[in-house]
Amino acid sequence: MARDLGEGVLRGLHVLEYPYKRSLGPVLGPFFTALREQRILGIRTRTGRVLVPPAEYDPETGEALDELVPVGPGGQIVSWCWVARPRQKQPLPHPFAFALIRLDGADSALLHAVDAGEESRLRTGARVRPRWAEEPQGGIRDLACFELAE
Amino acid sequence: MGDADPVKAIVTPVRLEYQCSAGRAATRFLRGLAQRKILGARSRPGEPVYVPPRGADPRTAELTEEMVEVSDRGTVVTYSIVRVPSENIKLELPYVCINVLLDGAGIPFFHVLQNCPLEEVRIGMRVRAVWVPDAELAPAVTSIRYFEPLGEPDVPFEEIEEHT
Repeated sequence: MARDLGEGVLRGLHVLEYPYKRSLGPVLGPFFTALREQRILGIRTRTGRVLVPPAEYDPETGEALDELVPVGPGGQIVSWCWVARPRQKQPLPHPFAFALIRLDGADSALLHAVDAGEESRLRTGARVRPRWAEEPQGGIRDLACFELAE
Repeated sequence: MGDADPVKAIVTPVRLEYQCSAGRAATRFLRGLAQRKILGARSRPGEPVYVPPRGADPRTAELTEEMVEVSDRGTVVTYSIVRVPSENIKLELPYVCINVLLDGAGIPFFHVLQNCPLEEVRIGMRVRAVWVPDAELAPAVTSIRYFEPLGEPDVPFEEIEEHT
């Protein structure tokens, strides 16, 4: 509801929200199904690279891909960015890092949250391991976040 | 969802929260709605009345400082039948969204139509606003619950063609 500011001009909250439901298809469907079972899948290209998250088509050649392979669960931080003041819908309620994580056995990096406590504990190359959601829902948040492994 | 079923879809909500200032022109329009008045604005007599007002005439950029009350009755100039639900319009499906040219206004106004069988909605149909009870009046478009058929003869297409 609009409220009155001192100068008499109305001001109010305007929420724009789209609750999209996306169908996943033959590659991301198995990826999220495995995630619910605390397993992470990548996909192997014809040249032997393993992409995580898995892509339906090789981004270099356009070839259709279907060879899903297990990766991780551990990995290392390729790049990261500290989130000092998390927003309401972000993965963690306290300060954390968004990071690109290359899982063991993968050649590409997955974007996810790292719960590191404080920024000074983070570094490129740090080992991480997944923390799984207590009640999987079938989505990326079944992998709640990563945490530092050592 | 049982754990044996494969995951075939995920929900990926997009949500943006804005703190909107209505500005001076729309503030006067919204305050009018709290008094059962639909206020437009024009740059001077003879020029189109814009409803809701945005503060300036979009053709000439002249300020539209003269507030003009328009009727809460008007003519349907376009419509659309809505068959998918949305969070902010909680009406029984299907329902009809209309662009209604209010009597005295220079541009159509967007709202919903009720109390009208779908097959009877048509361009040129005369309609009127149905307001909420006094206790629920507020500076918001929701002060108008909906529009409904007025039962008057249709307006010929030629008279509203530029708005369709």
